[in-house]
Amino acid sequence: MKANYGYMDGSGEYYITIDTDKCMECSEHFCVKACPAGLFRIIEDDYEDMVAEIIPNKRQAIKYDCAPCKPLEDRPELPCMAACTPQAIEHSW
Amino acid sequence: MAKEFWRWKEYNWQDENLNWRDGKVITGGVDVGSVSSQAVVMVDGELFAFSNMRTGSDSPNSALNAMNWALENTGMTLDHFDFIVGTGYGRVNVPFADKAITEIACHARGGNYMYGPTVRTILDMGGQDCKAILCDERGKVTNFLMNDKCAAGTGRGMEVFADLLGVSIEDVGDLSLDVDEEPPPVSSTCVVFAKSEAAGLLREGWSQSRVLAAYCSAMAHRVFTLLERVGVSPDFAITGGIAKNIGVVSRIERELNLTALKPKHDTQIAGALGAALFGKALVEKGKGRKNKAVA
Repeated sequence: MKANYGYMDGSGEYYITIDTDKCMECSEHFCVKACPAGLFRIIEDDYEDMVAEIIPNKRQAIKYDCAPCKPLEDRPELPCMAACTPQAIEHSW
Repeated sequence: MAKEFWRWKEYNWQDENLNWRDGKVITGGVDVGSVSSQAVVMVDGELFAFSNMRTGSDSPNSALNAMNWALENTGMTLDHFDFIVGTGYGRVNVPFADKAITEIACHARGGNYMYGPTVRTILDMGGQDCKAILCDERGKVTNFLMNDKCAAGTGRGMEVFADLLGVSIEDVGDLSLDVDEEPPPVSSTCVVFAKSEAAGLLREGWSQSRVLAAYCSAMAHRVFTLLERVGVSPDFAITGGIAKNIGVVSRIERELNLTALKPKHDTQIAGALGAALFGKALVEKGKGRKNKAVA
């Protein structure tokens, strides 16, 4: 499942997408430690698979929490995406 | 007391040909929604009983009342269940549930049972939200989008209109189709604005049918945009109370240029049905209650 966590403002809609079908294949979950803002945690989903999600009380603030990893110039690969071995994480912005 | 035009039919159903005492696995699903609550009882994966009633102000009581009504006169009690799953808005408040599962996963699983494995897009038009769910042939969610910001495009919005126009909620769909040509839709952004707009149209002399057509059309367009964003794949089906409103369903079909599958059961029980099916799968994985009463 594509689990989308994001926000909407006057300029559009922005999502972090976690593909849980890919995520469930991973046992390392490096994303949890890789995110400097500590946005990720591992949970058991409705299908009893262990997958990453964005921590509920941080979902409203990803616009601000993700901003330090997204400089306007010379943007490096995002730490969460680089750490995700099954390439399950995508950012729409 | 004034007539409550919004009030839809609450009822229970039992399969009198199925002897639950012969069954090996008894599972239950309870969907406590914001407007309605349903309880479903399955015996060896077959639908045995269900109830469909309005949610009260207390979620645990609503869950219990729904389950008690489904079990009425069957001789079955909560002790006979191998597993009960709670779902819906009040899923964490089902005191006798063994597990809570989101209504999105349950509607996909229930829709798969009701409409068959070819269904790929399920539109759940609930009491206070609307979800566009994509699923695979096993009824597993692959993607979804949800609108929960406003009652426009939901069952509650339709109840408001039924009351405003003094038309029984069960007649709204048919009446909305009784127009010579489709009027422009009313506001689809907010049910409060839509209601004000509709009151203005009535004062201008619009007929009940025309106003209802304008609202059904607005609702259909609102959910169409949700479906468009998630991407519709056939086969397509609608669950929830609004699936019983032919005025909205036919307009969604027209916008999508697709025909919705016809349900085998009450479309409002899809979530509870999915929850009971999840329960059965969990029992098969060895997670059922160990000490259930001997039937």
